[in-house]
Amino acid sequence: MATELEKVEIVTVGVGWTGGIIAAELAKEGAQVVGLERGKGRSTEDFQHIHDEYRYAIRYELMQDLSRETITFRNHRDERALPMRQLGSFLLGEGLGGAGVHWNGQTWRFLPYDLEIKSKTDERYGENKLGDDYTLQDWGISYDELEPYFYQFEKTAGISGEENPKGAPRNNPYPTPPMKETPITQRFKDAANSLNLNPFHIPSGNLSETYENPDGETINQCQYCGFCERFGCEYGAKSTPNMTVIPTALGTDNFELRMHSNVTELMYDGDTVTGVRYTDLQTGEEFIQPADIVVLTSYVMNNVRLLLNSGIGRPYDPETRSGVIGKNYCYQILPGANGFFEEEKFNTYMGAGSLGAAVDDYNGDNFDHSDVDFIHGGVAAITQTGQRPINNNTVPNDTPNWGAEFKSQSIKYYHRVLAVGAQGASIPHRNNYLSLDPDYKDIFGQPLLRMTYDYTEQDRKLHNYLSEKCAEIVREMGADNVEPREISDHYNIVPYQTTHNTGGVIMGADPDTSAVNNYLQMWDVDNLFVVGASAFAHNGGYNPTGTVGALAYRAAEGIKKFREENGQLVQGKRSSKQV
Amino acid sequence: MAENNEKTTMSRRRFIKNSSYVAGGAIGGGVLGTVLGRNLLNDNQGTAPKESSGDSSQNFNRALMYFTREKDFNILSQATERIFPEDDNGPGAIALGVPFFIDHQLAGAYGHNDREYMQGPFYPGSDFQGYQTRLKRHEVFDVGIQAMDRESQKEFDASFEELEGEQQDQILKKLQDGDVELKGVTSSTFFELLRSATIEGAYSDPLYGGNGNMEGWMMKEFPGNYMSYIDEIGEEEFITKEPKALRAHISTQ
Ligand SMILES: Cc1cc2nc3c(=O)[nH]c(=O)nc-3n(C[C@H](O)[C@H](O)[C@H](O)COP(=O)(O)OP(=O)(O)OC[C@H]3O[C@@H](n4cnc5c(N)ncnc54)[C@H](O)[C@@H]3O)c2cc1C
Ligand code: SF4
Repeated sequence: MATELEKVEIVTVGVGWTGGIIAAELAKEGAQVVGLERGKGRSTEDFQHIHDEYRYAIRYELMQDLSRETITFRNHRDERALPMRQLGSFLLGEGLGGAGVHWNGQTWRFLPYDLEIKSKTDERYGENKLGDDYTLQDWGISYDELEPYFYQFEKTAGISGEENPKGAPRNNPYPTPPMKETPITQRFKDAANSLNLNPFHIPSGNLSETYENPDGETINQCQYCGFCERFGCEYGAKSTPNMTVIPTALGTDNFELRMHSNVTELMYDGDTVTGVRYTDLQTGEEFIQPADIVVLTSYVMNNVRLLLNSGIGRPYDPETRSGVIGKNYCYQILPGANGFFEEEKFNTYMGAGSLGAAVDDYNGDNFDHSDVDFIHGGVAAITQTGQRPINNNTVPNDTPNWGAEFKSQSIKYYHRVLAVGAQGASIPHRNNYLSLDPDYKDIFGQPLLRMTYDYTEQDRKLHNYLSEKCAEIVREMGADNVEPREISDHYNIVPYQTTHNTGGVIMGADPDTSAVNNYLQMWDVDNLFVVGASAFAHNGGYNPTGTVGALAYRAAEGIKKFREENGQLVQGKRSSKQV
Repeated sequence: MAENNEKTTMSRRRFIKNSSYVAGGAIGGGVLGTVLGRNLLNDNQGTAPKESSGDSSQNFNRALMYFTREKDFNILSQATERIFPEDDNGPGAIALGVPFFIDHQLAGAYGHNDREYMQGPFYPGSDFQGYQTRLKRHEVFDVGIQAMDRESQKEFDASFEELEGEQQDQILKKLQDGDVELKGVTSSTFFELLRSATIEGAYSDPLYGGNGNMEGWMMKEFPGNYMSYIDEIGEEEFITKEPKALRAHISTQ
């Protein structure tokens, strides 16, 4: 029997960037907030022996324990989905701060084009540029409306950056100056300039100087230690929820954090959500936590899964194309080119998670797509994140992956490879979606989330295009041998790609085709907010968290309004003939 | 303490470079096998001569936690050496302690898939769905190592340990291509585990028992665990640094 606890005003499910932002903003307003996080607590003190590639970057100590719960995966609807038994393609966060502890910190704003992608694509290229199978939608909010929230996230995180000529327009400069120039970033910029592109430094959550944010939290100066993404920062120099919003929330005395608390269900009476059910993973005890407002901040996978397992919202059906929960799951493609330098060595073992330079000339609708049969693009960048020896053994394509030749080539090229890579946007397709698995269960006996996902024609064409553009830059940088990357036959769950999963609880203006409004409030359930990249109606050509942060601040504003007004905060615009 | 180790280590590396005949490709696997069979368990550096060992005279870590038969361990050792052989760059897997690294890993969380989803039902799956066997990694190694020996007997009428290096490579290639029948798992799954564990053992922090004396790092000119590069990252020329391991980082020893 579950113990029913005393009611609180707000509960967040998960305490990473999104949960932390909601907690801080609402606790500052005087609301009583409880954060339920299923992992353990952690802070800078836990990271003093963190320079251990094997433990953290190979065995993934900071990430989700899959023995309790994973997802299942298949490429196509007619295939049997099987469990992702070990982490690979993406690295799910777990524990205080979520994936925000071990992220790189590259912090972007999606483009104005992204937020109105359907209207703008139709306007410029006609209504049927991609065809009917691509479920492209506007986000129900414009860039101008979202601009202040982007800045709010950047100020909280202290982001270090500089003007990006082709990026989203800014009303204010970055809070801190860009990171250091290195021979590698300089080389990229020189090449980009001579190709008439517009290079700039990547906006970074590894801070160029010590910074105090508006809430009075201090983030230190980055030391370029080379153990950044997949690791926690031993200096407190990476902007994380643990350095910013979580201490801010705790400092108000209105926020209570409960660790090891795994939420299994939202209590739903068909109209409103009355609270959540959770299990203390250390004692096995079950609790019901009643609340006025429930905020799902448990990342894409669990935001979708908890809704489906609690019977909330209309599940998406790819056959009839009705329903919304699980719809428009997107990911990303990673075109690029490796450059091999025979005569030079670079200090690639030094670096920081967001150190790098980029061009946006091939992103969004920054170039004319009239003569190509794909849309969008991606940011093309060189990064210097610190190459560690187990994970970095890039060799020319014709080299075997073991034996004498592999050994000597991988050692030879360890400091002689520079790669330019793009994050290619991911356009939703009717057959790429999330649903419940019919067979596999978590340790509580509840269905796992099932991912059905494969590359589309759009992905393949964009991949070829961007790989060629990246190769041009690498050639211009003076590489002796340049190898463009190729897309695999199908999406593969095994090798690491990115933790940029999006969609499933998408935002929009129309309750028939979207799950949440532009405050991330559920259309169907007024007191439930679903926050995260799950709200993205497609995935853009950048890392997601700058935009996730902006949406979380937007949602916080919505929750503040809801505390006063109740009811739906947005009038839905039903455009369709659907029933 | 750590400082001293680093100095000895550097001289050891030079020694290895000048003496690549010790276990170089010129010597047949058969000879190598016997040498190792005798040496491996009582010499803390495998093929390395005693006086060059960077650590104190005994390394108690070099004993078996997982394997029960030395023959299995020797097969594993030789396979890792083919994957990551001694050459002009420096030591191979055996001298680096990779076989002990793998043995120790198989005894713990890695070998027992502690943090992985291991509930059934089990189906083979496509190439894009990843690890799908009901066997845990330590069982995959058991099955794989037995198959290597069986396959050697079948093809060459000799144990894997007695084969020439190139013959061993043929067996490994067959495993990699998925052409060896194993119970409960594909041979390519086993080979991929073996291959990646070998690289991991060569380059992980020496605290795990591989990367002996940080020589894996030295070959690659990876300096290990430095706290800050803020003053060097802007430099044009390549900077070589003496490597540091995590041990240098702990205050209580
Ligand atoms: C290696 C790596 C590098 C990255 N680099 C970048 C980058 O450079 N730039 C960028 O923009 N993004 C990057 N990301 C992505 C970024 O980390 C995420 O977008 C961001 O952290 C998401 O925040 P979140 O709050 O939505 O989810 P999370 O940080 O995942 O937090 C969700 C939390 O909810 C908890 N939770 C889940 N389910 C439950 C449940 N049922 N009950 C209780 N708690 C639950 C989890 O334990 C977790 O702590 C990276 C990610 C990884 C893994
Ligand atoms: S690179 Fe900078 S931000 Fe990243 S872990 Fe090292 S010191 Fe911290």
